Amino acid sequence: MSFKYFPHTEEELQSMLEKSGVDSLDGLYAQIPESIRFKGEYDLPSERCEMEVRALFQRLADENQQLTCFAGFGAYDHYTPSVIPNLLSRSEFLTSYTPYQAEISQGTLHYIFEYQSMMAELTGMDISNASMYDGATATAEAMMMAVAAGKKVNKVLVSEGINPKTMDVVRTYALHKGIDVVAVPLKDGVTDLDAVRQNLSEGGVAGVIVQQPNVLGIIEDFSGFADACHGQKALFVVNSVAADLALLKTPAEWGADIAVGDAQSLGIPLQFGGPYLGYMCTTEKLMRKMPGRIVGMTRDNRGQRAFVLTLQAREQHIRRQKATSNICSNQSLMALFVTVYLSLMGKEGLKEAANLSYAGAHYLCQRLTETGRFRLAFDKPFFNEFFVRYDGDADALYQRFIDAGMLGGVRYEDGFIFAVTEKRTKQEIDNLVKIAAL
Amino acid sequence: MNRTLYGNLIFELSKDGRRGYSLPINQFGDFELPAELRRGEDACLPECDELTVVRHYTNLSNNNFGVDTGFYPLGSCTMKYNPKINEEVAAMPQFQSIHPEQPAETTKGALALIECLEHALCQLTGLAHFTFKPYAGAHGELTGLMTIDNYHRSRGDVSRKKVIVPDSAHGTNPASAAVCGYEVVEVKSLADGTVDVDDLRRVVDEQGPEIAAMMMTNPNTLGLFEYRIPEIAEMIHGCGGLMYYDGANLNPMLGACRPGDMGFDVMHINLHKTFSTPHGGGGPGSGPVGVREGLQEFLPFVSPYNGNYAVMMKAYAYILSLGKEHIGMVGPLATLNANYVKESLKDVYELPIDSLCCHEFVFDGLKDKSTGVTTMDVAKRLLDYGYHAPTIYFPLLFHESLMIEPTENESKETLDGFVEVMRKIAEEAINDPDTVKTAPHDTPIGRVDDVLAAKHPVLTFKQLRDEQD
Repeated sequence: MSFKYFPHTEEELQSMLEKSGVDSLDGLYAQIPESIRFKGEYDLPSERCEMEVRALFQRLADENQQLTCFAGFGAYDHYTPSVIPNLLSRSEFLTSYTPYQAEISQGTLHYIFEYQSMMAELTGMDISNASMYDGATATAEAMMMAVAAGKKVNKVLVSEGINPKTMDVVRTYALHKGIDVVAVPLKDGVTDLDAVRQNLSEGGVAGVIVQQPNVLGIIEDFSGFADACHGQKALFVVNSVAADLALLKTPAEWGADIAVGDAQSLGIPLQFGGPYLGYMCTTEKLMRKMPGRIVGMTRDNRGQRAFVLTLQAREQHIRRQKATSNICSNQSLMALFVTVYLSLMGKEGLKEAANLSYAGAHYLCQRLTETGRFRLAFDKPFFNEFFVRYDGDADALYQRFIDAGMLGGVRYEDGFIFAVTEKRTKQEIDNLVKIAAL
Repeated sequence: MNRTLYGNLIFELSKDGRRGYSLPINQFGDFELPAELRRGEDACLPECDELTVVRHYTNLSNNNFGVDTGFYPLGSCTMKYNPKINEEVAAMPQFQSIHPEQPAETTKGALALIECLEHALCQLTGLAHFTFKPYAGAHGELTGLMTIDNYHRSRGDVSRKKVIVPDSAHGTNPASAAVCGYEVVEVKSLADGTVDVDDLRRVVDEQGPEIAAMMMTNPNTLGLFEYRIPEIAEMIHGCGGLMYYDGANLNPMLGACRPGDMGFDVMHINLHKTFSTPHGGGGPGSGPVGVREGLQEFLPFVSPYNGNYAVMMKAYAYILSLGKEHIGMVGPLATLNANYVKESLKDVYELPIDSLCCHEFVFDGLKDKSTGVTTMDVAKRLLDYGYHAPTIYFPLLFHESLMIEPTENESKETLDGFVEVMRKIAEEAINDPDTVKTAPHDTPIGRVDDVLAAKHPVLTFKQLRDEQD
């Protein structure tokens, strides 16, 4: 039975069984009815030593094709500074639980406070929670928060400018919670304000959800949206790509009541979809309606500044079925990831990376349209992602990109949505264009 | 762990003009975001050199306690050892660099791993299919309930709007039910700590056609196996409801009993508990949801891609390391460790239900209540002795709950050391109660003012600075 994760010697086992008042390990389960005891053998692989585990994963790894990434669609291939995985692997962070015992968790509580501060800065909002699972679920939580904050309203307007996968997650939550989701169509690639106003005027709307840049990469002009919402007592929810807020007008500047989104763009690896990091920020007024953990400052009994989980009366472990959200954990380690990223980049580095991404994307767009085979679908400003239509067989071209070792964006309608980050070199972009022009 | 408070915030180390990054030079020419689309003011982020950042977070980590620091008997959280090989394989670049929109033929290895993990979880639980979309335990609960809701809807059975939850359940159970649009019906526990089956029968008799599901964790939050589970499952199935298994307490069942065999139809697993992936200070976890054959078509779309994929990789590395030879020992050894600690302390701590437990058990504070020393005090005093505190004031069935879960990875010496300290604290409670009541003394900070934090919230550095001005 001897195994590296089990410290019990045969002798210890016997004395512990004796202390426990049973004569065998089996005896510990006397309360389980015989009829449901598991007696068989699991059909599982045999134990692997560490070398074999490593080799097996290496074999699986080799079956994945590493592609130069020009795809976005909510997940962006930004650079991860080497400091980050190094600090994240510190086991005092990695192997700790939610910081319930503040006295021995100041490390976690400090960085969450820093994280909240940075996300509030980035979005321009008053406050932030300690993080959520991802951008899609954070958006669904924002929807539920808007409904809970309103009075007898259960309709939410969602722009078709949001990523369709986010829309699907929002619709899933809405279906079961009994919330009515009304999709607002795009007009010329941007959310139709007249349609928003029309729907708002019919009443019963708790909130309006939009995305910036939208799913086509377009930077939308949300002038008038917040006023239209607030005129009908609805909340304005802006989902933004976190990294782009280095330069873009903030959710707060657009008059948002809730800012949500995914912070994966702040250097978190793509890792096949997760873990990423959802963020949620709001106004002081809505603070007590916000779901998720929140860290606040206080004092200890020695007079020292200290940090602690606070405003817990909102949460499921206190309110049980009366809580507005069932969220328990946050994505704490990913919040640390983003906190270290933003500490390293600082305000200048974040802008510089955003400028590079912006420039690379515009260069690619220019080169593609110069080939005569591509045209920008909408004449609208974009950031580092854009939708181009293609006058040839787009599926075949997509495959040619893959054959050349590139993930040539995301196939969309008769063309592609390409994304560029500061990681893409001029040579990589030129290579893509060369294949695209064939 | 460093017992002196480091205490700085990164913002306080910032100096304009310092930088902690290096980026390539722009080779693309002049492309600039038009002024009218730009934010009015830059985000006020810290400006630090690289070493300052590294030292800052290293110092912060030194004020933190993890499983690698010491014994972490936090009940219901299964703070087992997080093997290092798991971290290494999950960081392999050929997995880390996969974009979730990549076509399947370029991600064969990654997809094969999902299949292998699914097969393993099916084997260990007795269910037929798993989805990995849920990001955490609570997310899994919600996903499972949505599955159940979809199932009833598909049959036109729309009157089932109630979910039964025992009073000993985790707080997420009723909260998840509410988020899924259900009304919660609570059933009581008996004096022996298990579900009151008569109370349950009354609920089923009265409200059977409205019952969508019953949520249970087994063993329950007292660490007791709900031995009447076959009867309970039959009763719920008899009224047309489904059985939901909260996998938070799955660990002691490895090698002993499978939720599918207990009669459960839908369940979630906390990979960050039973399958050794690190808790990360509160996430990322992973909460895959398993269903019986015939229910997979009702699994909902609760996240865009493959859930927390990197966490799944760690869980699979763990399963491979143990293999079929050792995985069945996880439950018995975790159960042995819990019973050993329980038996070693029950003469000084109040054990309200004296029976065999599974992976965890609950004391109702000190046996001697005359000292005025509370569970909170005991928990805080443990920190002085270099232990993480057990879960306290949960479950809500007792006033002074102290919930202890040692996990299978802890050695007899570690458990004996913990027992000795717990006994010492019980003595201190009699001979020197003030030391216990004012604990901790030997930690970076003392007890915090929770009321101040909630009454006068300071949640960002900006608010803190405004305060100081």
